[in-house]
Amino acid sequence: MSFISYLINGISLGSVYAIIALGYTMVYGIAKMLNFAHGDVIMVGGYVVLTVVSTMGFSPVVGILAAVVVCTILGVTIERVAYKPLRMASSPLAVLITAIGVSYLLQNIALLIFGANTKSFTSVVTVPALVLADGRLSVSGETQVTILVSIIIMAGLTVFIKKSKSGQAMLAVAEDKGAAQLMGINVNGTIALTFAIGSALAAIAGVLLCSAYPSLTPYTGAMPGIKAFVAAVFGGIGSIPGAMIGGILLGIIEILGKAYISSQMADAIVFAVLIVVLLVKPTGILGKQIQEKV
Amino acid sequence: MKLKTTKLTKNNLITYGFVIALFAVVQIFLSAGKVSSLMQGLLVPLCVYVILAISLNLVVGISGELSLGHAGFMCVGAFASAFFSKCTVDLIPVAGLRFLIALLIGAMAAAIFGILIGIPVLRLRGDYLAIVTLAFGEIIKNIANVLFVGKDSNGFHFSIKDAVSLNMEPDGVMLINGPQGITGTPGDSSFLIGILLVLVTLFVVLNLINSRDGRAIMSIRDNRIAAESVGINITKYKLMAFTVSAALAGAAGVLYAHNLSTLTAAPKNFGYNMSIMILVFVVLGGIGNMRGSIISAVLLTLLPELLRGLSDYRMLIYSIVLIVMMLFNWSPGAIELRKRYSPKRLLSKNKAAKEVE
Repeated sequence: MSFISYLINGISLGSVYAIIALGYTMVYGIAKMLNFAHGDVIMVGGYVVLTVVSTMGFSPVVGILAAVVVCTILGVTIERVAYKPLRMASSPLAVLITAIGVSYLLQNIALLIFGANTKSFTSVVTVPALVLADGRLSVSGETQVTILVSIIIMAGLTVFIKKSKSGQAMLAVAEDKGAAQLMGINVNGTIALTFAIGSALAAIAGVLLCSAYPSLTPYTGAMPGIKAFVAAVFGGIGSIPGAMIGGILLGIIEILGKAYISSQMADAIVFAVLIVVLLVKPTGILGKQIQEKV
Repeated sequence: MKLKTTKLTKNNLITYGFVIALFAVVQIFLSAGKVSSLMQGLLVPLCVYVILAISLNLVVGISGELSLGHAGFMCVGAFASAFFSKCTVDLIPVAGLRFLIALLIGAMAAAIFGILIGIPVLRLRGDYLAIVTLAFGEIIKNIANVLFVGKDSNGFHFSIKDAVSLNMEPDGVMLINGPQGITGTPGDSSFLIGILLVLVTLFVVLNLINSRDGRAIMSIRDNRIAAESVGINITKYKLMAFTVSAALAGAAGVLYAHNLSTLTAAPKNFGYNMSIMILVFVVLGGIGNMRGSIISAVLLTLLPELLRGLSDYRMLIYSIVLIVMMLFNWSPGAIELRKRYSPKRLLSKNKAAKEVE
């Protein structure tokens, strides 16, 4: 029974990673950049909910909506101000370092406004725990909601990309920016839309993460951000189903590693699995193998 | 051809001279007593960062691979050398000799890790390589955090669980105590040693770049397929750059470890944050430009300290400065603007205008 319980927890944590990884992978696919500030958008989402719900006393639904709106605006603004001018830069490293700068900036703004102390986050989930198998297996409300929300998000995102015009435009821009522009696609608008969706997802991930692990500091987003980045690479960066699979697998590996091998070495185990996968499949589980031409 | 060589040598001499001048200026200020104790404490870390920046620039700028795990090699060098120094602090009483051996051990250990990690990692490309180096860096930090080593009359004991499972005799001494790390490393580092190490690092890297091997490495960076087609052994040269860089980072770790009495593997000093900070030095200073790496490492290390008066706002300002500098340095729009208003162009414009008159 304990194995199943660990497995469910792993899927739950993995779902959060998957939601964050979706943002990473979409941005990577379309802008060919590693958005290091993505993890800190999660943290911003957490603080917005904390402020709106705990300090101002609104209902959790308002809080989540506020977080999504704030993070979306933040994501688009960051793209417009910090990343867009560097899109044509001679080295791809320039925008990477700028993203790191944005990450420091968000952390320090949060540090100034909310202080370095850990804020306890009251869970926004009010679903009671589900007790199965004569009380031997209990699934917390947070876990249920996390898994449900991530299924909805993944299904919704897949439909959006496959069926909607904007979704197809995203795929086209990811494939070939120049050709997409010639076909009359608004490339700048599409990239901004990608950042908006990615940041909105990060906000939701932030709320879920903080509900499951109820403590919030300005650095809360950093480690989940890196893990989600690993998840995105794990599944093949740029691939949307890859990010989902990678995220969930990573969550399961982390929880099982913590439970059965060593709790201190959990991070090392996660990274070691990533290395092994990449050595066998150098572009991740679902990544495309690109042949280089002379 | 001869002219070109002398120009190169001159350029390198300027870089060496720059470091020596920096040392001289600091010495003058030190003897005049104008350096606060806080700044004095920063002198050795400054050398550590400069060495790290130069060594990472070898991988990022010359070999063209993005590595995000440089702090891991520093960690290996630091722990290997601190372990050695702690064991031999009574055996070798001469600090200089002990430090020299520790330095060799630290650099060797890091180089071995560089080869071990480099062989699998260098098969990957671009961002995949970046994430795997990051993963290796984190693994090294994580292992350093759970490593317990003790010594008693029966010899050494190792464990990766806790101090109790070492099963030591009562007379046993803890050498590496997991998250508490190594305490009581002799403080053999000094600013002079740091500067000497910076010069050695520069000497190694600049000579490598200007050698036949260095040109082979750069040709792989510029066009891998073309380099392969003229018979350059890709794996060998990539691994060479990676290993030399790792060894130098290990040397920086030795310097770092012997500057502190307690060495712990915290996320702050050996985590990916540190690797990223070194990368910031390299990119801001100019990819492939060693002098730029030195300048940006010095400036960015001093900046938060110079802004200390602004207390809470200093890291905020640091991050804004970083973003603005990156935009100013790299965005095509800003480059265009800089060209238009560069003093050179304005001067020549005036000249042209005069000639017309």
